[in-house]
Amino acid sequence: MKKLNILILLIILTSLLAALPVSAQEGDNEVTDDEVNAIARELFCPVCENTPLDVCETQACKQWRELIRTKLEEGWTEEEIKQYFVDNYGARVLSEPPKKGFNLLVYFVPPIIILIGVVILFRAFKEWQGDNDYEDEDIETLEATEPETSENDSDANDYMAQFEEELKKTK
Amino acid sequence: MTENIPENTSSETPPKKGMPLWAQITGWGVMIALLLIVFVGLQRAREGNVQAGAETASFDFTLPLFEGYEYEGKDEVSLTDLRGKIVVLNFWATWCVPCQQEADEMEEAWQHYQPDGDVVFIGVDYVDTEPEALAYLEEYGITYPNGPDMGTEISQAFRIQGVPETYFLDRDGVVQYVQKGPFATTQQIIGIVESLK
Repeated sequence: MKKLNILILLIILTSLLAALPVSAQEGDNEVTDDEVNAIARELFCPVCENTPLDVCETQACKQWRELIRTKLEEGWTEEEIKQYFVDNYGARVLSEPPKKGFNLLVYFVPPIIILIGVVILFRAFKEWQGDNDYEDEDIETLEATEPETSENDSDANDYMAQFEEELKKTK
Repeated sequence: MTENIPENTSSETPPKKGMPLWAQITGWGVMIALLLIVFVGLQRAREGNVQAGAETASFDFTLPLFEGYEYEGKDEVSLTDLRGKIVVLNFWATWCVPCQQEADEMEEAWQHYQPDGDVVFIGVDYVDTEPEALAYLEEYGITYPNGPDMGTEISQAFRIQGVPETYFLDRDGVVQYVQKGPFATTQQIIGIVESLK
């Protein structure tokens, strides 16, 4: 019985020792889905419309995610992998286009247009405000100098008709 | 009565300050440039792929070939090197099911013309991964020169709409026929090539 216990103990120990190097080896090279997706979400599917690579379910996208995994296992950095994708599939795979050449328009044109819009709106508001102030001043001036003119048009017409009638009578 | 009439008030109107001329010119310039960019982009999208009769001299390319492939001893092939020969330029991808349907026919047609050397088949692998591409080429036993479309420059030059697409170029590099979608038979490919001879 004692011999049997020793044998079982030896088997367990041997199994543990045999398993240790394997688990260590797996742990060193294992690339998680999160690590793959962290890079994949920075890239877009080259053949689908506006679909980030991490959520794309086509066969091609699965291949590209697998490619990212392989490159990570080979020790490539995120930048190297992105550059590989750009070299192979063009800069359009990047979620953020590189800040050079024609792509600079993407970074500079929208803020410039917003700035121009703000300036135009500011000027327009200022102009409208100026007009309103000026109209208020006009009304005040007219009221002070010629209060009769503040009557509305129909009253003025009535007044003129009556005036002409009285004038005819005097003739 | 006349004393109460106010004097001409328009003379008191403050002069309105307009936007400076340089700002107006810049603003209009930017607007026109943006409209032009949009117009050119839309025009290009509307054009579709390169049509029969188009010259390819303006978009010459050099295709690096996959490992194990070569053309006349070189590991790359340039379109200008192929002047004087009929060129069958096939765009494909491993993730494209119709490409698999025509793979055998393409290889058969190539085997038909290879001994003569007058017709060259070139495979352009469109947005693909190299391990899968090599496995695909091996699986279908494709022997004609094949390489990846680096940066999608070749497919952009031909403005391909999808894969497979095959362009038949005459000896002067002029596109003579465009096949969108897979070939049904080997004879279909041979028939088109023969019409260019």
